[in-house]
Amino acid sequence: MGTLEFYRLELIPALNRGLILSVQIIVPSALLGILIGVLAGAGRASGRKWLSRLLDFYVGVFRGTPLVVQLMMWFYGLPSVSLFLEAHFGPEIRPFSDLFRLSPYVASVTAFAMCSGAYQSEYIRGAILSIKKGQYLAAQALGFSKSAAFWHITAPMAFRRALPGCGNEIVYLIKYSSLALIVTITELTGEASSVASLYFRHFECYLLTALYYLALVTIATWLLGLAEKRLALPEEGGR
Amino acid sequence: MDPSSNSPGSPGPLLDIRGVSKTMGGKLILDEVSLNLNKGELKVLIGPSGGGKSTLLQCAHFLVVPDAGDVFLDGESAREMGKKDIRLFREKIGMIFQDFNLFDHLNARDNVAVALRRVKGMRKAPAYKRAEEELERVGLGGKEDLYPAQLSGGQKQRVSIARALAMDPKVMLLDEPTSALDPELIGEVLNVIQDLFQSGMTMLMVTHQVGFARHLTKEILFMEDGRITERGSPEELLDENSPSRAGLFCRKLSEVTGR
Repeated sequence: MGTLEFYRLELIPALNRGLILSVQIIVPSALLGILIGVLAGAGRASGRKWLSRLLDFYVGVFRGTPLVVQLMMWFYGLPSVSLFLEAHFGPEIRPFSDLFRLSPYVASVTAFAMCSGAYQSEYIRGAILSIKKGQYLAAQALGFSKSAAFWHITAPMAFRRALPGCGNEIVYLIKYSSLALIVTITELTGEASSVASLYFRHFECYLLTALYYLALVTIATWLLGLAEKRLALPEEGGR
Repeated sequence: MDPSSNSPGSPGPLLDIRGVSKTMGGKLILDEVSLNLNKGELKVLIGPSGGGKSTLLQCAHFLVVPDAGDVFLDGESAREMGKKDIRLFREKIGMIFQDFNLFDHLNARDNVAVALRRVKGMRKAPAYKRAEEELERVGLGGKEDLYPAQLSGGQKQRVSIARALAMDPKVMLLDEPTSALDPELIGEVLNVIQDLFQSGMTMLMVTHQVGFARHLTKEILFMEDGRITERGSPEELLDENSPSRAGLFCRKLSEVTGR
């Protein structure tokens, strides 16, 4: 097979298939990660002791262990829980114990969202704590309830401050989504590696794959830059 | 003081702070402070920093809950109020902060309108209309679209006054409203405060602008170490030859600032 034909008929269609699957993993993982990050970040900044401790524990575990290990745990580790439950309670427990048998897709999205959420919560917590206390005080003085002051005053400002960090985390997520490969998902990297070993053309396969990821990251960065620009507040100095 | 005179609507003081104490970080900040304000009255609180003035204002607003004592607005006890009523209580007391505390992410119009919408539940159009009227009143007509970062200190403080006024407060508490301002911007804010006083607003003002204050107020309170140690008319306290601590403090102040 000629080089051009190899590209046209084999490599590019395979990478495009993988790309679609990768995007299907990345987008929900990123959105869930932000949601988890906002809730966990707000909880950790809330000053409620037991809640912050619980959430600190979550963040500690998910930031402190390798993502590969987490991913393996979700996919290969959890089914052991099902087996254990079934051995102890009999087959009637099946509907419940089956919840621990995650599909490769669910396992990857769960792993990425939980890990990403832990990092996102750091950015969001920091942003919330950086908002000057005075503005919150002023809102309370005007009769805002605590939650209204948080959502209408603190949150919009914190969101702007957290955006660059959160965007960075999404860029990481795009790249670590390639780990889905190890729980049998043939996403972008998986497709590339199977084509590469089949045709023994590793260099060009992985080079082109890298360019695909680069394109994804470039698009994400551009979108985040657009969002930042839209939310930017006027600078000091202009009257 | 006769507590029976404090049923709602009776002609007692509008704001009555009674025996308020507060300890923070093991230090006694307020030691049984009492003072009251009748309708349309302006009282001025002076004294060295760390004396408890700001804490007193925040306690009067129940932003900081006092350890002992109580605050009555129109005869109603703040301590006996539930969460909802305390929010209503706060709504009726306008607070002006030394460093403005404007909402950085909102333009001047929204800074004033946000509480109208989110606290009073007004719709957008009437809230904006009211916000624009209040901004006009403090001399900021035409600046509605500017963000805090685009305003001068004096303009920021005037927005914060407009923001408080829009809630139709019965009393205003001003915590050193001009202390964070460049000297040339102080006048514009004092003018607004003076207009406000002349329109009948009841006010308690912490300030170092004694020259300004003495012409408006009938009573100056001197606060030190968590207690009001002296109170009296400006003439009594601030006269050149007065032996009062307040007079001494103000003379020192004017030596430093040259005013």
